[in-house]
Amino acid sequence: MPTESSTLVSPVAAPRDDDFRSLEAGLDALQTVPLAERGRWRRIVDGVLPPVLLLAALVLAWQLYVVIAQPRPDLIPGPFNVAASIGELWSNGRLQQAVLTSLARGGAGFLIAVAIGTPLGLLLAEWRLLRRALGPLLSGLQVLPSVAWVPAAIIWFGLTDATVYFVVLMGAVPSIANGLVAGIDQVPPQLRRVGTVLGASPLQLATLVILPAALPGYLAGLKQGWAFSWRSLMAAEIIAMGGSIGFGLGSMLQQSRDLADLPAVLATILVILFVGILVELIAFAPVERSLLRHRGLTPGGTR
Amino acid sequence: MLTTLDTEIRIDGLTKRFGTDGPIVLEDITLSIAPGEFVCLLGASGCGKSTLLNIIAGLDRPTSGTVTVASGSAAVMFQESALFPWLTAGRNVELALKLRGVPRAERRSQALELLDLVNLADAAHKRPHELSGGMRQRVALARSLAQDRKVLLMDEPFAALDAITRDLLHEELERIWRETGRTIVFVTHNVREAARLGQRVLLMSSRPGRIANEWRLADTGPRRIESPEVSRLSIEITEQLRQEIRRNAH
Repeated sequence: MPTESSTLVSPVAAPRDDDFRSLEAGLDALQTVPLAERGRWRRIVDGVLPPVLLLAALVLAWQLYVVIAQPRPDLIPGPFNVAASIGELWSNGRLQQAVLTSLARGGAGFLIAVAIGTPLGLLLAEWRLLRRALGPLLSGLQVLPSVAWVPAAIIWFGLTDATVYFVVLMGAVPSIANGLVAGIDQVPPQLRRVGTVLGASPLQLATLVILPAALPGYLAGLKQGWAFSWRSLMAAEIIAMGGSIGFGLGSMLQQSRDLADLPAVLATILVILFVGILVELIAFAPVERSLLRHRGLTPGGTR
Repeated sequence: MLTTLDTEIRIDGLTKRFGTDGPIVLEDITLSIAPGEFVCLLGASGCGKSTLLNIIAGLDRPTSGTVTVASGSAAVMFQESALFPWLTAGRNVELALKLRGVPRAERRSQALELLDLVNLADAAHKRPHELSGGMRQRVALARSLAQDRKVLLMDEPFAALDAITRDLLHEELERIWRETGRTIVFVTHNVREAARLGQRVLLMSSRPGRIANEWRLADTGPRRIESPEVSRLSIEITEQLRQEIRRNAH
């Protein structure tokens, strides 16, 4: 290994033809287009205004329908009934309790799923035999609605949190593992070759080249994993109630149904929807945006 | 060891075929390249010139024969810059320094020096997608110089660039070659490029790949791609290249 010859690097920055430098700098300037950054305020308006306007329009249409068609209020409550129901659930504290319980369980289940799915995905991506054997099963599990596991989980674990976590894991782990596998598969072979040429050891190749390159695919897997966690959790909470299982949003939904309280049912559905949107907006969207922007993968980027 | 003092790369009876009974890609290539020499490997598509380069780089193995790089191993630059898109230009170069074992404290300044060598010190904070194709290739060149190997292997590094940019990069590469004393093996299918850059041009025939002929150029300092000597040589080489291609007609 020619390590002694670092002298090749330093003394060459000697005086050089300035004509050439300015020529090259001129060509560089011609060939790159400066990015026009949109202002922060403008970005927020562009991002927030369309969905808010659409939401307002939908609520307005709903209210108009209730006013004009006068349906039975126990079958089709108006937006004000639902809003009142949310207020009532809030004031007696059940809403906060349910949201916190579900979020804590969904979050914990998701993190456990990440801890299992990530090494599993790495193994699958790098070990061909395992992939051939386990790949189809994992894809099948990803398609299988994880609510199908609830009856079995209740028999195995009873009405405990273990039932809920089991169902969440069966939903999320395959998505996360498959997302990582897809991310690694899409790493351009050229980047691996460069890593090898630069003298990376297998471990360095994995941590410095392959994993960073696979990050967009992995993140997509994480997003889907979270979606599956949240869905599975709701399904499990609706079906499995009582015992030592705490009071979550799914439980609240089921309880409202038992009381034939449609405004509360709709209110709970809206809350479940908004928690999902909020997690996406707060946790995933910023990470994804900066990840893609840094790699020039957003439509706004040039070249 | 076969290597002598004035041989940097020695190739002996190298033959390459893909698979056990695939077609022969390279046949009986024997070649020695002196330290500090600038050699252009020229040939039509499919003559195995990139395969030969990969074998010298250690990315591929010969079926028979030997390849020896006297200084140990070589740096490689590809047609696509293959910069890591999640790192800035500066970090790309720093990663090469890191993998070479340069201590963290020295990486930043060495990376800037290397980028300055290709006139891109100002672009160190930019990411690959913010750079033009020519700038990306210059960062890739800085990165392969960061490897600090005596041998630099280049696989059609300028093939995807426009003519104006390519012309400038020829000048840049020649200057860097003269300043750093690297041994360069430059693969191309562009006859004029080979005649412009090489001290020695090796013409390869196709199927199987062999060294068909070689030209040595008197090094009288930097030359231009428009100069009469480059034109004259290009005409001569093109004539023979066409003969080699014609042989494949039946």
